[in-house]
Amino acid sequence: MTQTEAEATSITQATTVDAPIEHVFQLFTDGIGSWWDPNHHLIEGPIERMVFEPRVGGAIYDVGADGSECRWARVLAYDPPDRVLFTWDIGLDWKIEPDPAKASEVEVRFSAEGTGRTRVELTHSHLDRHGPGWESMREAVASPGGWPAGIERFAAELAAPTRDVVG
Amino acid sequence: MITNHAKRTIEALADPTRRQIFERLAEKPAAVGEIAAELPVTRPAVSQHLRVLKDAGLISANKAGTRNIYRLEPDGLQALRAYLDRFWQTSLASFKEAVEAERRVQ
Repeated sequence: MTQTEAEATSITQATTVDAPIEHVFQLFTDGIGSWWDPNHHLIEGPIERMVFEPRVGGAIYDVGADGSECRWARVLAYDPPDRVLFTWDIGLDWKIEPDPAKASEVEVRFSAEGTGRTRVELTHSHLDRHGPGWESMREAVASPGGWPAGIERFAAELAAPTRDVVG
Repeated sequence: MITNHAKRTIEALADPTRRQIFERLAEKPAAVGEIAAELPVTRPAVSQHLRVLKDAGLISANKAGTRNIYRLEPDGLQALRAYLDRFWQTSLASFKEAVEAERRVQ
């Protein structure tokens, strides 16, 4: 795959956080439930907690208040405090993608920037593995809480860029 | 760190009228005239909005006789990229907020 093709099938986002690298890594993984967007869960109903298993071969999963579990990622690399790599087993319709060949990947790299600051760079790649999938995406467009909600969120956030992004 | 292409897609969908047109095309492909008849938007304005959506890679046009029929781009990759770009941008902002809030408490 050429560089351009890789870019076309991935996205990268980065931020710099005012905290030491070990702490940032720990909160990103073990503390995932403290920052994950509560509107983006695959379980219906309230979420009890999120679990990030700290090892290669582990999973990231949501636990519902009713005890149900939803495993939506497999941990492919776990190198504290520098890097994690996990799969994104979520289809275009925000449901679990059972076929591993159709899963994309999320890599997060942490690097110390001076004293007590950490750069976090996240790349979500192989998006093309989800397939053309436009049909399912179209269903998601029409479903409540699916795309319209997503688009509404884009719009609301763009309209109020200074608003707190949580929630 | 949002890419130009994704930025264009997000901006294209940020406009409520364009979003309406996009969602209308998600239901069924249509020509300019049909969209203008269904929505409270003039025909030239619809054309303008369609151009923006097309440039953003969200829709494509096919000639049918003398008319252009617009439909959602069958390859949803561009839309998926825009969606995830925004998703992770928001998530990392929440993450930064959570880490720094926790540090302030300590």
